[in-house]
Amino acid sequence: MQGIGLLSLLIWLPIAGGVALLALGDARIQIGRWLALAVSLATFVASLSLYTGFDVTTSAFQFDERAPWIPAFDATYHLGVDGISMPLVLLTTFITVPVVIAGWKVIEQRAAQYFAAFLIMEGLMVGVFSALDSLLFYFFWEAMLIPMFLIIGIWGGPRRVYATIKFFLYTFLGSVFMLIALIYMYLKTGSYEVTAFHALPLSRTEQFWIFLAFFAAFAVKIPMFPVHTWLPDAHVEAPTGGSVVLAAIMLKMGGYGFLRFALPIAPDASRELDTLVIILSLVAVVYIGLVALVQSDMKKLIAYSSIAHMGFVTLGAFLAFDIHAATGDLRGAGMGLDGAMVQMISHGLVSGAMFLCVGVMYDRLHSREISAYGGVINRMPIFGAFMVLFAMANSGLPGTSGFVGEFLVILASFKANFWYAFLAATTLVLGAAYTLWLVKRVIFGPVANDHVAELTDLDGREFLILGVLAIGVLALGLWPAPLLEVMQPSIHHLVEQIVATKLPV
Amino acid sequence: MQSNITLQSILPALPEIYLAAAICVVLLVDVFAGAAARRITPTLTLFVIAFGVALTTFVVAAPTREVLFSGMYVADPLATFLKLLGFLFTGVALLYSRSYLEARGLLKGEYYVLVLTALLGIFVIASAGSLLTIYIGVELLALSLYALVAFDRDSGIAAESAMKYFVLGAIASGCLLYGMSLVYGMSGSLLLGDLAVRLHGEPSIGLVMGIVFLVVGVAFKFGAVPFHMWVPDVYQGAPSSVTLFVASAPKLASFAVAFRLLAGGLGNVAPAWTQMLAIVAVASLVLGNVIAIAQTNLKRMLAYSAIGNVGFILLGFVAGTERGYEAALYYTVAYVIMTLGAFGVILLASRAGFEAERLDDYQGLHARDPLLALIMMALMFSTAGIPPFVGFWAKLQIFQALWLVGQTWLVVIAAAVSVIGVFYYLRVVKLMYFDAPTDQSVRAPSNAGVRVALACNAAAVLALGLFPEGLLSLCAKVLS
Repeated sequence: MQGIGLLSLLIWLPIAGGVALLALGDARIQIGRWLALAVSLATFVASLSLYTGFDVTTSAFQFDERAPWIPAFDATYHLGVDGISMPLVLLTTFITVPVVIAGWKVIEQRAAQYFAAFLIMEGLMVGVFSALDSLLFYFFWEAMLIPMFLIIGIWGGPRRVYATIKFFLYTFLGSVFMLIALIYMYLKTGSYEVTAFHALPLSRTEQFWIFLAFFAAFAVKIPMFPVHTWLPDAHVEAPTGGSVVLAAIMLKMGGYGFLRFALPIAPDASRELDTLVIILSLVAVVYIGLVALVQSDMKKLIAYSSIAHMGFVTLGAFLAFDIHAATGDLRGAGMGLDGAMVQMISHGLVSGAMFLCVGVMYDRLHSREISAYGGVINRMPIFGAFMVLFAMANSGLPGTSGFVGEFLVILASFKANFWYAFLAATTLVLGAAYTLWLVKRVIFGPVANDHVAELTDLDGREFLILGVLAIGVLALGLWPAPLLEVMQPSIHHLVEQIVATKLPV
Repeated sequence: MQSNITLQSILPALPEIYLAAAICVVLLVDVFAGAAARRITPTLTLFVIAFGVALTTFVVAAPTREVLFSGMYVADPLATFLKLLGFLFTGVALLYSRSYLEARGLLKGEYYVLVLTALLGIFVIASAGSLLTIYIGVELLALSLYALVAFDRDSGIAAESAMKYFVLGAIASGCLLYGMSLVYGMSGSLLLGDLAVRLHGEPSIGLVMGIVFLVVGVAFKFGAVPFHMWVPDVYQGAPSSVTLFVASAPKLASFAVAFRLLAGGLGNVAPAWTQMLAIVAVASLVLGNVIAIAQTNLKRMLAYSAIGNVGFILLGFVAGTERGYEAALYYTVAYVIMTLGAFGVILLASRAGFEAERLDDYQGLHARDPLLALIMMALMFSTAGIPPFVGFWAKLQIFQALWLVGQTWLVVIAAAVSVIGVFYYLRVVKLMYFDAPTDQSVRAPSNAGVRVALACNAAAVLALGLFPEGLLSLCAKVLS
């Protein structure tokens, strides 16, 4: 190992910044805010060289770092990214910047700790995406719960304690079973290396249990129906920044887990159980979409829409088996996975932006009820424009990033089974229905009450963060090629891994 | 069996000899120092401990195994390791306790002498080479602890819990002794080394009877279900400083008893006791963690948490392999470090005339004393087994050891129970961080020295969590 690697920097710089902020304390919060912003910006700028230095011709792990960590457990400090994890790392470092800016004035209580928690979490999340040693992965995966637990619990809404403990226990319960599976494979291979697990031949029974263990962890995290109930609670109670990070990044860890662990480690079990996952995903798309329609709380509506959108991720990921069986075409099988990846990145931007929009309104009126609003556009025209744009992206309008992922997944499901495609495509109706109806009730119409009449439009800070996200949403929608290009070799490699059997001959 | 005792031949027993002499010195100094004793004795005791650490490290520390006094006494790296830790943990416990004792008029020389005799008991157990040595050590430790629990003699609840502890402890000692006599009858030897050779294969019914009683004795010392009844009462009833001590260093002795007796002496008939221990361990895990949820008193909650954690330590023995014992030792050490910190916080949060022992007393602690709250939070997450703290690795070690011997169901149960356990640790964090303080009085932080020590304690929990290799390989080394 030579010096400190880029990925290590991306992990430990924000964590060090967070610790420094804690040491500064609330008394010097003026400096603290700028420090938080500087650290998050520096991390983002540094992470850009992941993209510029990325070799798009290979599926191998890049920016590889390896150092001894715990020889007693044969665990190493091994980091690296491929085309699947690199975009997610960039998403993490990118989203943290608007989150810091969004909390600039709003958070008055214990502000130093607030920013510190987000910075520490940023480091841990980058760690999750870049760890190539599964013990290190688990280490980051669990450690991340602590700052999120505190963020919801300290700065959350009235039912924050219930929500945060539910969040913690739900995700922890799922994760411990994953740990057991990891230990099992460690004892078989003698190392915690992810790539060693990929290469490990496993019998049908072994794969079945290992898949279930991973499924418990990732289905809760992503979250899939029926273990999604923690998410609406957590989202509603979390402060704006917490909701953004939850929706934009934490949910993606479930998807990432499927792509990195569950699918390539237990491909045969995944093939056997893919119908189950697909059905649960379709339930999420259709049923949760209907649930979203009847919400009266804006945050809850977006939370349910997140679950429906993440249903597309799991759907796209598990379609590959049916497509391969039906057509024998590897590239076609990869299309669902492509869609899942694009959907994850796009949803990160769009849901983050939607939660920030709700935050903007909440800061002014201190209500999340849809009925408390109406005709906002009359007083906040610029904000209204942004909100409409993000709502369009959320319902998958062509030209926005939301369209690309959904379109790819629906296209892929046509190759697998017409009825999958039919049900998946209902999202075009449902998504449009709940999002546009939300916009209609909140943004348009006559000014509903005196409170709305007193609204003031975006200030420079808010304009900046929404503007940046809007550019991201449009750029990804109009020209997704750079993203697709980056992940192409890794997705292709993944497809090859999962269509090959791992059963011992 | 006659051997010449020379100075050289008893050198490995120096820690015990030194400690016994030092106890006499502390006692005499305390008696003759008069009014100044209140200042001298605590400091002198800390010096005794510091010097003991130096002595054990530089003079005794034997890389090899030596057997003394016709096999009654064993000096090996494990014994040295446990003794050093015993010194260390006792020293830390006394450091945390001083101002607490002072504020309650409990700062008396006898307290320090009793703590040191308990430590001597731990040493004897750590080096035990025969059943009798184990028994002597256990009794020395137990009698000192009974007296310590009753130390606040005007407190009714302390006297009650001491009485319960004493009666139950006497029964358990009887069981232990009875079991030893049966095992002696079946094998014809009291020496653990002989037992290991003579007892193997399918055990006779008489031997199984003996093992049952031995397991009862060991389970009582650990405070494992169903011999746990004394734990909550003692933890809650004893003065907090005594609880701190009872919860820390004696856990090393429990490990040593189990290791020397079960793994050492009865290692070749392991199937006879691993099954019993498995039941005891699972019962402890479930009962400890579930009942802890219902507690409103922090000390009592930590008592049930101790029962749950003991279940984990016992699971290491259930594995019955080198890896399992390593895991048990590592868990014990990690757990004691965390417990010291948690009770240290309780001691520091208390003040004259006020015991911070109800959970509600910790409401909004963050607003009143951020450092203390931060320390407590780290310790709670660590005990719950969340990375990046040391408690995670302790649990992982146990899981790995059990997986290796194919105890799948025990792994699953232990994992599920640890999720239940998380709830009540989270509740403490919730009280400290999410709730507004009911007690608005802001006190100027006192005891700067103790606060620094406590912060170091919490930092150790984090550092051992980030870099677990050192302690892990140390535990492996002393056991090999």
